[in-house]
Amino acid sequence: MVPELGQVALVLALILALVQSVAPLWGSYTGNRVLMSLAKPAVTGQLVFAAIAFGALTYAFVTHDFSVAFVAGHSNSELPVFYRYGAVWGGHEGSLLLWILVLAIWSVLVAVFSRQMPERFVARVLGVLGVVAVGFLSFTLFTSNPFDRLIPAPVDGQDLNPILQDPALMFHPPLLYIGYVGFAVAFAFAIAALLEGRIDAAWARWTRPWTTAAWLFLTLGISLGSWWAYYELGWGGWWFWDPVENASFLPWLVGTALIHSLAVTEKRGLFKSWTLLLAISAFSLSLLGTFLVRSGILVSVHAFAADPSRGLYILAFMGIVVTAALALYAWRAPSMASDAGFKPLSRETFLLANNILLVIATLLILLGTLYPLFMDALNLGKISVGPPYFDLAFMIPMFPLMILIGIGLHTMWRSTPATSVWRKLRIPALAALVIGIPMPLFFYGTAGVLTVLGSILAFWVMITAVIDLLPRIGPARLTRSHVGMCLAHFGLGVLILGVTFVSSYDLEVDRAGIPGQPVDLAGYEFTLLGTRGVQGPNFDAIEAEIEVRRDGEFVTTLLPQKRVYRVQRDPITQTAIGGGWRRELLVSMGEPLGDGAWSLRIQYKPLVRYIWLGTIFMAIGGLFAISDRRYRLARRRETEPAARGTATAAAGGQG
Amino acid sequence: MTPTRKRRLVMVTALVAGVGLATTLALRAFQENMLYFYSPTEFVELGVPEERTIRVGGLVADGSVRRMPGSMTIEFQVTDHAYAVPVSYTGVLPDLFREGQGVVARGRISDNGVFVAENLMAKHDENYMPPEVAQALHAGKMRAIERAQQGFPNEPEGNSGTTVADDSAAADGSAARGY
Repeated sequence: MVPELGQVALVLALILALVQSVAPLWGSYTGNRVLMSLAKPAVTGQLVFAAIAFGALTYAFVTHDFSVAFVAGHSNSELPVFYRYGAVWGGHEGSLLLWILVLAIWSVLVAVFSRQMPERFVARVLGVLGVVAVGFLSFTLFTSNPFDRLIPAPVDGQDLNPILQDPALMFHPPLLYIGYVGFAVAFAFAIAALLEGRIDAAWARWTRPWTTAAWLFLTLGISLGSWWAYYELGWGGWWFWDPVENASFLPWLVGTALIHSLAVTEKRGLFKSWTLLLAISAFSLSLLGTFLVRSGILVSVHAFAADPSRGLYILAFMGIVVTAALALYAWRAPSMASDAGFKPLSRETFLLANNILLVIATLLILLGTLYPLFMDALNLGKISVGPPYFDLAFMIPMFPLMILIGIGLHTMWRSTPATSVWRKLRIPALAALVIGIPMPLFFYGTAGVLTVLGSILAFWVMITAVIDLLPRIGPARLTRSHVGMCLAHFGLGVLILGVTFVSSYDLEVDRAGIPGQPVDLAGYEFTLLGTRGVQGPNFDAIEAEIEVRRDGEFVTTLLPQKRVYRVQRDPITQTAIGGGWRRELLVSMGEPLGDGAWSLRIQYKPLVRYIWLGTIFMAIGGLFAISDRRYRLARRRETEPAARGTATAAAGGQG
Repeated sequence: MTPTRKRRLVMVTALVAGVGLATTLALRAFQENMLYFYSPTEFVELGVPEERTIRVGGLVADGSVRRMPGSMTIEFQVTDHAYAVPVSYTGVLPDLFREGQGVVARGRISDNGVFVAENLMAKHDENYMPPEVAQALHAGKMRAIERAQQGFPNEPEGNSGTTVADDSAAADGSAARGY
């Protein structure tokens, strides 16, 4: 009964989404206020029904309703209740339902926080969001219905993929989706601006907090995914340049460019059409990511769907949305030229460089990600592009970007005297050299050119980012956006520090672990003491006890496991991690070699935690930026002129 | 030429040179890191380049996995039912590495014709087989039938017709189930 309720709710949500996409857009052209005013109730209703559908599926999971095909495929009566909630998005159909719910939440938030914006503009934004909702709701209902029944119902379910049975399942997909889908809001603002044929500082000010919010969730989602892969997939890598990782990273790169370009559009009225193009691109890349993940054309842990009709549907939807958006852009954008100028040494120049370099990085990664798919589609052979390409292709634009960030942060709009920049930055530059060069040599003995360069740049970015927070050096009154900017860039520096050191000095051995005989790695001795059987709630495991010593002194005991989940029967490696801020030690079990010996993979990862710490700083920075008083004050200030504007327009209409 | 123009010219030249250099580097890296996929049939019938890293995928042939006791090195055969390629690998095996399961090995061919893998990938999801492997198996089955009609024996010898049918059914089933 409950699944049918969910099904009906989904259909009603689709009907409301249709109303939401047609009525307000129609009304915005005919000036029909009744039609435009339908947008908000339609959005609210859509959220209510999406939530009911989501609740119904969750209920089916929690109560073990295996007559629902999706539940039977992704749960089991032994699955702990905690994971039954997460299992809702542990497969294709349910994750689409999450997409829909998240989109409905964003749409309602836009409807609620849009009181200061002109009525027609809001109607258009919500209309565009409605179109996106129609696309995903019909995709779900017609190709991937999560409420399909299985008759006769199986006695028990096939269980959730054991690799997903981890607390990170609860957070990684929702955070990522909030970020992905959040770019739909920036997209809708851009399309609405194109429909209006006008873009100004107020538009940029409305768009900025939404974009930053989406970006900060995407940052956290990607970071959590990276951490999850690092400890759960067991092979100690924190980034694999897997096509699906790239699929989430591409919108992030373009979203980052968009945040910076929006700043120029708001403050200086420049880069208008470029900003719009970035907003369209960020969401298009989100859709591309959805297509790549959902179509099953990729070899990846994330690829669940192998039904070609699904891939085709998303491809068609993406084609329509992107083509329509770009056509509108080509038609309207040329009329949005701006004429303000700026000097070579000004903040505008640096933000332009930021955008160019981020877009170059995006294109190079896109090339490596899509090229194999084109080759395959054209039957020119099956290839894949190895991580070394991505490493290099990404580094090329990133090195200049890191240098420029430090300078750009301390330039002013329009024009900056070179002497003032030099006076402010000579000490940070010296400090970056003095700390950055010796650090790798001192702690690790040897260092390559790239390592030293990375180390210098990490300190350069960190130091130049925080000096404005110091008294007497920074501005007298710090706004929250300024603090947010400092924190986010500091986080980037921390991230570079982690990436540089872990990529330069990580060590890994695959070795036979014989009880009592130590294995040496990076000055640590790992000794297998023995193995024993352990029972989990829904799995049996063999656990190894490994003692770690350094110079004879006890450091820690690591307990990696080889698990076999009782339903799916496939072995899963559970890596044990000896955490720490200077290094992490990882041990994973391979297979038994006889006589109590096991093959072991032992890894040493210096400063790896700083990678994720850096992203947390970035997200906190984003939070500060969103909470800036300016956005709220501007709201209050703009209410009146906007209201007056509408009144004049109405009067004009009568005249 | 005015100083401003001169400075601009220098900046533009530097920019063009930088972008040119970066593009060259990136495209060379791209060329070097393109990994081609070979099915066992292609591996044997077409031959493989000796100096390049490639990927070979198929099923781990039944009864082919051998390990010296206490050693980290294993040897096995990757088959598509038409041909089998000997592979050697040193290190920890992926969780789902098993006889009769799909595997993709990345590595190079050695002088004695053994494919030395530096990395093995076996899928974590039992419902799922890498698309390359599924296609390689399908093509391999077709090739095996052709060869049988021409009177060649099929390699590896141990594989009976029923195994072929079972495995391909599993591969097709995984694609059709579509979870």
